[in-house]
Amino acid sequence: MIAPTADTPIPAAQIDYGALSPLLIVAGVAVLGLVLEAVLPRRRRFVIQAIVTAAGLVVALVTSVLVYLDLPDVDEVERVARGAVEAEGAVTVDGPGVLTWILLVVFALLSLGLFAERRFEAGLSPFTGRAADVPGSREESEAVTHRLEHTEVFPLMLFALSGMMLFATANDLITMFVALEVLSLPLYVLCAVARRRRLISQEAALKYFLLGAFSSVFFLYGAALAYGYAGSLNLTLIDEAVTARSDSGGLLLVAMAMIAVGLLFKIGAVPFHAWTPDVYQGAPTPVTAFMAAATKAAAFVALMRVFFVAFGGASWDWRPTIWAVAVLTMIFGSIVAIAQTDVKRMLAYSSIAHAGFLLVGVSAAYLGVADGLSVTSVSSVLFYLFVYGVATIGAFAIVTVVRDSAGETTHLAKWAGLGRQSPWLAGAFTLFMLSFAGIPLTAGFIGKWGVFAAAWAGGTWPLVVIGVLASALAAYFYVRVVVLMFFTEPVGDGPTIAAPGVLTTVVIALAAIATVVFGILPGPMLDVVQHAGAFVR
Amino acid sequence: MMLTVLALTPLLGALVLAFWPRSADPRLVKTIALAVSLVALVLAVVIAIQYDPGAGYQFVEEREWIAAIGVHYALGLNGIGLTLVLLTTVLTPVVILAAWGDRLPDPSRTNSYLAWMLALEGLAIGVFAATDVFLFYVLFEATLVPLYFLIGAHGGVGRSYAAVKFLIYNLVGGLLMLAAIVGLYALTAEAGEASFLHSDLLGLEMGEGTERLLFLGFFIAFAIKAPLWPLHTWLPDAAASASASTSVLMVSIVDKIGTFAMIRWCLEIFPNASQWASPVVLVLAVVSILYGALLAIGQDDLRRLIAFTSVSHFGFIILGIFAFTTLSTAGATLYMFNHGLSTAVLFLVTGMMIARRGSANISDFGGVQKIAPVLAGVLLIGGLSSLSLPGLAPFVSEFMVLAGTFTVSRPLAVVATLGIILAALYILLMYRRTMTGPLAPGAEGVRELDRREVATLAPAVVLIVALGFVPQPLLSVIEPALEPVLAAVSAGDPVPTQPVEAGASEGAQE
Repeated sequence: MIAPTADTPIPAAQIDYGALSPLLIVAGVAVLGLVLEAVLPRRRRFVIQAIVTAAGLVVALVTSVLVYLDLPDVDEVERVARGAVEAEGAVTVDGPGVLTWILLVVFALLSLGLFAERRFEAGLSPFTGRAADVPGSREESEAVTHRLEHTEVFPLMLFALSGMMLFATANDLITMFVALEVLSLPLYVLCAVARRRRLISQEAALKYFLLGAFSSVFFLYGAALAYGYAGSLNLTLIDEAVTARSDSGGLLLVAMAMIAVGLLFKIGAVPFHAWTPDVYQGAPTPVTAFMAAATKAAAFVALMRVFFVAFGGASWDWRPTIWAVAVLTMIFGSIVAIAQTDVKRMLAYSSIAHAGFLLVGVSAAYLGVADGLSVTSVSSVLFYLFVYGVATIGAFAIVTVVRDSAGETTHLAKWAGLGRQSPWLAGAFTLFMLSFAGIPLTAGFIGKWGVFAAAWAGGTWPLVVIGVLASALAAYFYVRVVVLMFFTEPVGDGPTIAAPGVLTTVVIALAAIATVVFGILPGPMLDVVQHAGAFVR
Repeated sequence: MMLTVLALTPLLGALVLAFWPRSADPRLVKTIALAVSLVALVLAVVIAIQYDPGAGYQFVEEREWIAAIGVHYALGLNGIGLTLVLLTTVLTPVVILAAWGDRLPDPSRTNSYLAWMLALEGLAIGVFAATDVFLFYVLFEATLVPLYFLIGAHGGVGRSYAAVKFLIYNLVGGLLMLAAIVGLYALTAEAGEASFLHSDLLGLEMGEGTERLLFLGFFIAFAIKAPLWPLHTWLPDAAASASASTSVLMVSIVDKIGTFAMIRWCLEIFPNASQWASPVVLVLAVVSILYGALLAIGQDDLRRLIAFTSVSHFGFIILGIFAFTTLSTAGATLYMFNHGLSTAVLFLVTGMMIARRGSANISDFGGVQKIAPVLAGVLLIGGLSSLSLPGLAPFVSEFMVLAGTFTVSRPLAVVATLGIILAALYILLMYRRTMTGPLAPGAEGVRELDRREVATLAPAVVLIVALGFVPQPLLSVIEPALEPVLAAVSAGDPVPTQPVEAGASEGAQE
């Protein structure tokens, strides 16, 4: 670096704060939450924190929509695209990116309903009262008697959310790495603070942390190698170097592979999925819901951004690998899910299978027909992420409701006969299962249809055939849960259904309504994801 | 609007029943269900009267549904669709009347039992009327849900296993069709505007390999549904565990979707691939005929026996469709209707026998005609129609299928004719064991049919006899609808090699 001299003034960074405002609002409210944590008396913190977080999210949602409506059109060759690269090349505020912000904030709002639910634990939150206490110790029961609660979960969630939002729109690999850490670290902490079954919660957090840190390093090393190859960390500049390359690019291949490892880990794709079932099972269920829906969305958009924008010119090099990963992920997730006896683990393997279906959409790298609107890889994956996320949050919300004296009863055998006891709840869960299975007239069907259409149009019809067969496998275990709830006699007393509080009820109802509405009338939502267009480079 | 109204009537009825209080008088619930199905029948008859056989698709409705991917809500009826809509609307009231006396595993769930039946009727009508392949797929898959619950929640022993097996088989088929539909989307989107309309797909340009691939996606789905050997194994299990009414809905109506869709989607959209596949399909059809018949002979469970006879009969229908002659395809379509009637009679009357005896095993019956002659008589008529006795409706259609196939492939037609002999064997053996001889111990409780049961069975029996003598009204509706199909798929009927005298050809047509 040349030291600046008097006659070469440093130009001030051009930052369009308006376009970045949703990101800044979420991060700002998170910091505000920390301040509140310090100044408010303990007794009033929970309610105020929840309200502040909700208000911040609503404002972020509104500003995201405003930013989306305000995106400038880009006259890229023959493709629809809107948005611009902001913040000196660090962040791309474009159609798919802002849409992801909206999705993430919606997921966060829904999950917040579960975070703030205090009905099940006799007026206490689903998080442990004092994380520092040894599980099962006298101090722990003391914390319960004094009605202690960790209200830091709200700012932590917002920090994670801000990391995810940045992750989905980062335009250089360093920003992306920072975002990856900002989203991961709060999640590690959140995983560890379950109120019930604290040991496996802490175990989950440790596993997630160790494996997560390991995969982050892969990503960072890949970024360094990409810099070595292209001379820049900026996705646009890497793209130029990749497109103009004349060598076989061994360094490039290694860089792509390393970055893919980091991203596929967050997605939960085979063979980087091993953390998923343990973490999903151990983490407090509201956190699992948030993580399953939002992390996956952010990571998928980041994956597509890196591979479509930076490595788009080398798609013939990476597509076969993604095909293989997609096939493995779909089949492995579906088969192993059949053997699960725990609801949360089953949903974890189902989320692995869904990562596979999403990768089918990604692997096509299909940009759509010229001068027209059609299903593309980006639009179909965005739609899928939305319907999958909503159904996932709804399904985990129901998991929080089915309880016995020791907290949630996640063993599937305990779910037998749920349909007789509370037909509405079991009906909603059935709906989410059917949506996961991709049965027509649920939103999941249109989602699957979209990624398969993109894949076929992108020339990978064998993947579509494997995908539908894997869907049939997956349908088997989803249907098994339905059978269990409706056709099996309850064991002993059967499951106890805690009367869900208002918040949880609203979350379940919203998720169920969205699943039905976007299944029957997906038109408007499909229009939106298609108009979002391609990534801006 | 007529078709939407027709399909919505039972669906709304189902919705009403679903929310009707469970504590309500079951008789009232049953009356509502019957009334709704009768209204649907009246609507269907009105449609049939207004239908003009020569005018192609009628009662057409077309509206954009999911504009972003080119999906339309498009309905329309041709002669084939009309035939099957009539079959559906005729059989549903019969089935509901038959379900009047069903002893359910959980009697408090009569509401849902009847609601699922009505829902299935509405969806089936939608399937037969859909002219957009995406809409068709959605409804095709949606019919699985009511049937799944009818088998799984309201069936007999082993119902859970049978329901899951039924669902997985049909889902695999449906998903393969989904893959093919995705392929159609990619093709039409590439060609300009994405569309799933039947009329837009008719002239679609596609490569030979693509066409065959897409054809297979569709065909396997329909072959599972129909069912065609070797994809038939779900049917006997499902039929053995379902109630008689459910079995009728499943075999007489829903399975017809498979053969119906072979004509509408496989033959019309992929004519070249259909021709490419026809030698194999014809052989599979003949295997189905013989295999189903042979296994039917060996069954001791009445319901499994009827299921296997259906496998055999579906073999005839598919044989007729893929022979691509005017005579055989018209016969196959007529067979769909007739088989629906004769199987309905068989399933319902054996269902009544099973309910009285408490066992479905043929060996537990014997000599029943002494104490229940009317019951025995109806079983005999149903059985004779199943073995295609001349004078009963299935004879006409089976004869047309065989005669039409004969001009295309003599060996196949000759081997298929063996199916008729085997049919005589399985029906008459079953009749002799259950009805003749000394009264078997334990079978004393097999009462005579009561008035409701006679009323249930009468319409189907009357139609079987009537259509046996006068099939022309249905044929005159079916044949014009098949003309465009055959024009697409075949080079015309084979020319007879022998001169035929005027008098002889008249006989062959009947």
